[in-house]
Amino acid sequence: MKSGVIATLICAGLALGADAPVLIQNATILTVTNGTVKGSILLENGKIAAIGERLTAPAGATVIDGSGKYVMPGIIDCHSHIMADAINEGSVAVSSMVQMSDVLDPEDIAIYRALAGGVTTANILHGSANPIGGQTLVMKMRWGKNAEEMKFEGAMPGIKFALGENPKRRGNAAPGAVVNPAALRYPATRMGVEDVIREAFTEAKAYKASWDEYQAKTARGELAIPPARNLKLEPLVEVLEGKRLVHAHCYRQDEILMLLHVADEFGFKIRTLQHALEAYKLAPEILAHGAGVSTFADWWAYKMEAEDAIPYNAAILARRGVVVSLNSDDPELMRHLDKEAAKTMKYGGLSETEALSLVTINPAKQLLIDKRVGSLEVGKDADVLLYDGHPLSNLSKVVKVWIDGHEYFDRGRDIEERTKKETEKKALQQKAGAGSHEEESDEGDE
Amino acid sequence: MRALVLFILPVGLFAADDSFLLRGATVHTMAGTEIENGSVLVRAGKIVGVGKNLAAPKDTKVIDGKGLHVYPGMIDAATEVGLVEVNSIRETADTTEIGRFNPQLVALTAVNPSSEHIAVTRANGITTVASLPQGQLIAGQVSLIHLDGWTTEEMGVSPKVALHLRMPVVRVGGGPTPREEPPASGAPSSDTFTGAKQNFEKQMAELNEFFETARRYQQAKEARAPGFQVDLKLEAMIPVLEQKEPILVTAIREREIRDALAFADKQKVKIILCDAPEAYKVTKEIKEHDVPVILGPTLALPLHEDDPYDRAYTTPADLQKAGIRFAIGTFSGTANLSSRNLPFQAAQAVAFGLPHEEALKAITKNAAEIWGVGDRIGTIEEGKWADLLVTDGDPLEAKTQIRLLFIKGKPVDLDNRQKELYEKYRNR
Repeated sequence: MKSGVIATLICAGLALGADAPVLIQNATILTVTNGTVKGSILLENGKIAAIGERLTAPAGATVIDGSGKYVMPGIIDCHSHIMADAINEGSVAVSSMVQMSDVLDPEDIAIYRALAGGVTTANILHGSANPIGGQTLVMKMRWGKNAEEMKFEGAMPGIKFALGENPKRRGNAAPGAVVNPAALRYPATRMGVEDVIREAFTEAKAYKASWDEYQAKTARGELAIPPARNLKLEPLVEVLEGKRLVHAHCYRQDEILMLLHVADEFGFKIRTLQHALEAYKLAPEILAHGAGVSTFADWWAYKMEAEDAIPYNAAILARRGVVVSLNSDDPELMRHLDKEAAKTMKYGGLSETEALSLVTINPAKQLLIDKRVGSLEVGKDADVLLYDGHPLSNLSKVVKVWIDGHEYFDRGRDIEERTKKETEKKALQQKAGAGSHEEESDEGDE
Repeated sequence: MRALVLFILPVGLFAADDSFLLRGATVHTMAGTEIENGSVLVRAGKIVGVGKNLAAPKDTKVIDGKGLHVYPGMIDAATEVGLVEVNSIRETADTTEIGRFNPQLVALTAVNPSSEHIAVTRANGITTVASLPQGQLIAGQVSLIHLDGWTTEEMGVSPKVALHLRMPVVRVGGGPTPREEPPASGAPSSDTFTGAKQNFEKQMAELNEFFETARRYQQAKEARAPGFQVDLKLEAMIPVLEQKEPILVTAIREREIRDALAFADKQKVKIILCDAPEAYKVTKEIKEHDVPVILGPTLALPLHEDDPYDRAYTTPADLQKAGIRFAIGTFSGTANLSSRNLPFQAAQAVAFGLPHEEALKAITKNAAEIWGVGDRIGTIEEGKWADLLVTDGDPLEAKTQIRLLFIKGKPVDLDNRQKELYEKYRNR
């Protein structure tokens, strides 16, 4: 039995490593970090093995003619909720004890659709119902694998914060609604939002101190009783220790400044300001704190706090040296982040490389995974896209996607399989439509 | 008095804001020709010449279009522009009236000429939009508006282009609309299919009855029946019954589209299908009925989980191949998408098989023709209004810059609050 398991594991291991090397030739290769190369790129053993004008195909390599085609790194979405079966634990103002990793559905069709739009990595966030929300994680879009296998190995986990209208919502009754005041959840104002965060970190500091004291005592060989574990405060202690990244949903400049001050006061960093549609008003302060900004290209007017949103947000911040990314927060927008990036060339005049950075190397930096992904460099993960035209052209599309050198999307294959799937569906419908007792009995008692 | 007129006339004709010669540009007429190094001559807001080497009449302002491209101003065939400012703030929305039969309402009445959406939308080359009142069943009349003008009167291209009807749906289950159900704007739902079917049939019966009542009203009015009294709702139905005004029918799934076609046959009315993401399933019938379609956004998720990932991307190409007349609108019942991104909706269809020229037509010529104003806008041809877009490249590409925009020959300000905020804060 045991040897059987081991054999299976070995086979699985072989299968994992069994992807033949891929050589794409004669393509325009947009490395993002090292300019454009007209030539070849070799994917081998899950990594980018070589980039050059002329490369020789290793034995057994799949050779792809990239004439007229473009290659770029996989797109990274720094704000997504796909594959999450639940998004908001909104019953409490601080829900840091809940984690997105507990609710991941690896069969969510949004994964495949995002993949077809070139997304290879996504930051799966908790919702914005509370000033301090749940724990977040980074996933690779390895469609067909289970949720565990889709996790981005070694990526630092995160936590969601939220400011402004959304976390206030449960503190305010809907206009005209008769609500028992006891049913309202604090906070109801931006003042309260700040207070909730400050209270939570005051608690977290005391909790951390109690553990530090305990550890100091044990280190000295003294007898000590460990403090009771607090699952709400543990992730906040990780934030204080720089072991967990803060992704803060925000809109207006006043609330952004508030958060930066609170973070400075407690000695932690805001890794990314999410949405941050007014971040352009606060470039110096954001730069000084060292926060990144992950925003929309041009969404606006959907709520009051999005009224001053401008499509130049990303460009202004990028020019001022802030690490900026464009995210989706939406399974539809997620499928064309490349075209969203192109809008920053119109609005604010970013260069092609700057525009591409917004959806590749910059989100990688924000998530501290830039040593692994975000650009086409030898030694990085082979998360690679092949396009039938320039990725920033609205007339082009993704035709192939590799993650770790494994082909997860191929437009040609997708189209070929449609007829087969359609036939399969019809057969199933017929079977269901027949609805006979015989068929039911065939299925047994399971 | 006469002397005064004579004195003013030459100024009005030749030095006015809405007269000029644009030359040296590539003119994409959308009427079958593309003129390299071409010229467009505009006088008093109208196009009076298109071609090569047009001479500038005396005192006519000349605009150098070297290296630039000229297109007809883009038309967003279905939006809520002007009717809503901030989606989540009820006080800023005038899209949806109370009641299910409101043919007497006209969108233009509620268009706010100061809406920031107007300035923001036109900055990307959109000169005309159709603004739709929303609601269950008959929401009101669609207005076609120019994105320029001091008042709603000046903005109105055609205040009443169609009646907006949302086809009744069989809606099972309350609460949030299930994934495969069409958004129903408050349509009644039931927990059981039988209940939902009954709701649907009741609504269909009410809808048909409303049309029958309108027809009786029309007959009574024509016959000058004794005791005849004016009814504003029914009065508004007469142009529809006379087939002078079409009905824009929002129909999401295949079954609603088929219902809409059957309804048009039964009531003998002209219809235009709206949104219609499943039109690709009904191409034969739509073609047979010669019904035009205003497709919703191309950049949209497939309706069903097992649809191909590119389902919405390929629908425009499917309709084109089937020979169906169609335009593209940015508004969909599922989301108030940004009207300024209209060209990118068309571009996505090109990436997935629609010929480039057809994509441009879907947001210019076709939109104008479907809305019955093809004689005034939609192409660059003599006699039409000079709604012109001057760019440094293909307007379907996001990186392209809009250089100039003219509505009825008048240069339109491409500035807006967003640009002002950009200038204000970029070097803070």
